[in-house]
Amino acid sequence: MHDSGCLMGKYRFRIKRFSQEEDSSSRWDTFSIDMKPMERVLDGLDRIKDYADGSLTFRRSCGHGICGSCAMKINGRNRLSCQTLIKDMPETIRIEPLEAFPVIKDIVVDMDDFFKKNDYVLPYLINDEPPPERERLQSQAEQEKILESITCIMCGSCTSSCPIYWTDNQYLGPSSILKAYRFIFDSRDRAKEERLGKISGAHGVWRCHSIFNCVESCPKEIDITGHITELKRLALKKNLHL
Amino acid sequence: MRHQFDTVIICSGLAGLRAALEASNGGNVAVLSKLYPTRSHSTTAQGGIGAALGNEEPDKPEWHFYDTVKGSDFLGDQDAIEIMCEDAIRAIIELEHLGVPFSRTPEGRIAQRYFGGHTRDFGVAPVRRACYSADRTGHAIVFALYEQCQLKGVKFFPEFFVLDIVIENTRCHGVITLEISTGEFHIFSSKATLIASGGYGRVFKTTSNAYASTGDCLSILFNRVIPLEDMEFFQFHPTGLYGIGILITEGARGEGGILINGKGERFMERYAPTIKDLAPRDMVCRAILTEIREGRGIDGKDYIYLDLRHIPKKTLQERLPEISTFCKIYMGIDPSEQPIPVIPTAHYTMGGIPTDIDGRVFMDEKGSVVNGLFAAGECACVSVHGANRLGCNSLLDTVVFGRRAGNAIRDEIKEIEYGRIRNNELEKSRMLIDSILTSDGKEKIANIRTDLQDRMMEHCSVFREEKNLKGLIDSIGILKERTEDIGLKDKTRKFNTELIDAIELKHMLTLSEVIASSALERKESRGAHYREDHPERDDTIWMKHTLAFKTDKGIEFRYKPVKITRFKSEERRY
Repeated sequence: MHDSGCLMGKYRFRIKRFSQEEDSSSRWDTFSIDMKPMERVLDGLDRIKDYADGSLTFRRSCGHGICGSCAMKINGRNRLSCQTLIKDMPETIRIEPLEAFPVIKDIVVDMDDFFKKNDYVLPYLINDEPPPERERLQSQAEQEKILESITCIMCGSCTSSCPIYWTDNQYLGPSSILKAYRFIFDSRDRAKEERLGKISGAHGVWRCHSIFNCVESCPKEIDITGHITELKRLALKKNLHL
Repeated sequence: MRHQFDTVIICSGLAGLRAALEASNGGNVAVLSKLYPTRSHSTTAQGGIGAALGNEEPDKPEWHFYDTVKGSDFLGDQDAIEIMCEDAIRAIIELEHLGVPFSRTPEGRIAQRYFGGHTRDFGVAPVRRACYSADRTGHAIVFALYEQCQLKGVKFFPEFFVLDIVIENTRCHGVITLEISTGEFHIFSSKATLIASGGYGRVFKTTSNAYASTGDCLSILFNRVIPLEDMEFFQFHPTGLYGIGILITEGARGEGGILINGKGERFMERYAPTIKDLAPRDMVCRAILTEIREGRGIDGKDYIYLDLRHIPKKTLQERLPEISTFCKIYMGIDPSEQPIPVIPTAHYTMGGIPTDIDGRVFMDEKGSVVNGLFAAGECACVSVHGANRLGCNSLLDTVVFGRRAGNAIRDEIKEIEYGRIRNNELEKSRMLIDSILTSDGKEKIANIRTDLQDRMMEHCSVFREEKNLKGLIDSIGILKERTEDIGLKDKTRKFNTELIDAIELKHMLTLSEVIASSALERKESRGAHYREDHPERDDTIWMKHTLAFKTDKGIEFRYKPVKITRFKSEERRY
């Protein structure tokens, strides 16, 4: 249990460093620090920033896997540093920024393109019918249909892990497609066709080759590839294939 | 760089987003946030949003009104509380229409569950009033509002850090910000500025609050001689995960969870015989800490258990999936099999920037307002929460009063000119940054911050007394001096988070001094403010709101009356 019966151990944090302002290329720094098994990797990064090197730069906010700020590559896999515990780590912990996004500083990447792609899929409920006086009814089964997709925290882990996104920077990426799914399958939405058109283009669902990296990297354990496959099936039905 | 917007909104949590939707009907809107918009702390709200929809059983806004007044230990302003509870039903239906994926009843209506302090028939028994989206209610609403703001063309400025809010005489002109990624200054002149910057739980060692919850804007306003109201009232949430403080929603007790001590007793029966574990948070926190103090913690240690083992697994999976995951990740336990070790965790500030019912910011106890300045949400003090907020009333507060502020802004900007920010205002911010970056001081930010958080936790949390508060105020003074000697390792301009940490620390110290001083001043016990040396509520002297002003001679206190329209003060039993 947290904070009790836990022995300190030495861990080596190998961190990829880069500053747009100061560096022409990246380097690796190593910090050796004491950690307890139930502490988070984020606690380790905090300790380094607080006491060893104040210039170490990374994003964080909620600290428990909801805000999506602290996605990074930890020992080669995209994870949230706030929900990765030391007990599950080897003695050397390799920290890198998310792949495929431009690095601003150390672990901080530029996510503007990621959010712009999201905007493209009309990420909002569209329904111009006059609303009823009370709530629009939605059955539990209808809600179940979107339950997984609404838990997305937009941390960027999936899109950054996708090999298609690495090679086609216009590809919408798993996160945006999942967002489209969230509305296309919401029983209250009325812009399904339009949205489906948007994700069926040359850089949409058909670029997905079911590599499953997104599923593997999702900190909320969403079956993103499964959702994309369902959208492909729907697009096919509507003759929206390439 | 200079920008001009009709409305500038600081922060993109629920209050800011809800206001933005409304204000965008009257002109262009910029929302600035030190995080990306979807990362704001509102997303972590778990359990629910209150409204007497009556979807699960009969309920009335009037009962909600009474519960909120009683929950506030009679310090809440009843005109504002009545507005909130009456408007709640409309507000929730509207959220549903905007796309919020609420959990549903078998009939397809918005599902509701029990929450602390919410009752039927003026306190007779608990009532299901909290509307929820599993235990991700805040996340669900933030996304829906953010998405609708995009549809409305609201302009977002992510990772812009507010350095100053420019107020001259009685007029707010806009804000000065630092674009974190470039290190450049951006000046936003506006007709109206809305502060919706949330809380500052980070001043305490154990907190459910995000790293970003440091209260920057309140500190800036206080230094600009805007008073802060009722700052002594800080809510601790009874069930934070032991050792780490992460929130376990009150919805867990709403679904049937109970608190047990080291002797296996359901001890809340002794403290609140009628509604037991669903008593308001201030009472449950004191009960937990009393059990621990009297040696009835688990194995005599400093925590107790939240027991969910008797709740059907299906209910846990469907209605409390997120907290079940937290228990697994951070404690290594399955809550369907093992009880959860919990302790009170710093959670919510009842006090804040004094406003009227439309978000206009007051600059004194007489009700004079600052033109063009508005506040809503946790950072504001309307006051609907008084001395203690009820669970699921915070989200409601943000959407009701965020909307009202947005409406007021939409109407008022027709008659206001754009603010004007002179270059010498920018110079102050520039000097602040330069002095921190060029200092060769020896102090580390983390040492001062940890010192502050430890002391605030020890002397200014659930139990307080004069001697400790005085000692605390003295040590905050010393910590303030030490911040003058902070030296940074990072001297660069682009994405310098060490610089941000340093500025946030200054704000945390400012607010801590206001909290501790306000707590020292109020010599009674009411709601979340419990003075061991003054354990009784004292309505004859203290039925009034505190306003703390910054002066040359230190903090000065003035007071204003509580608005009582319907319910007279009574003994608070549950």
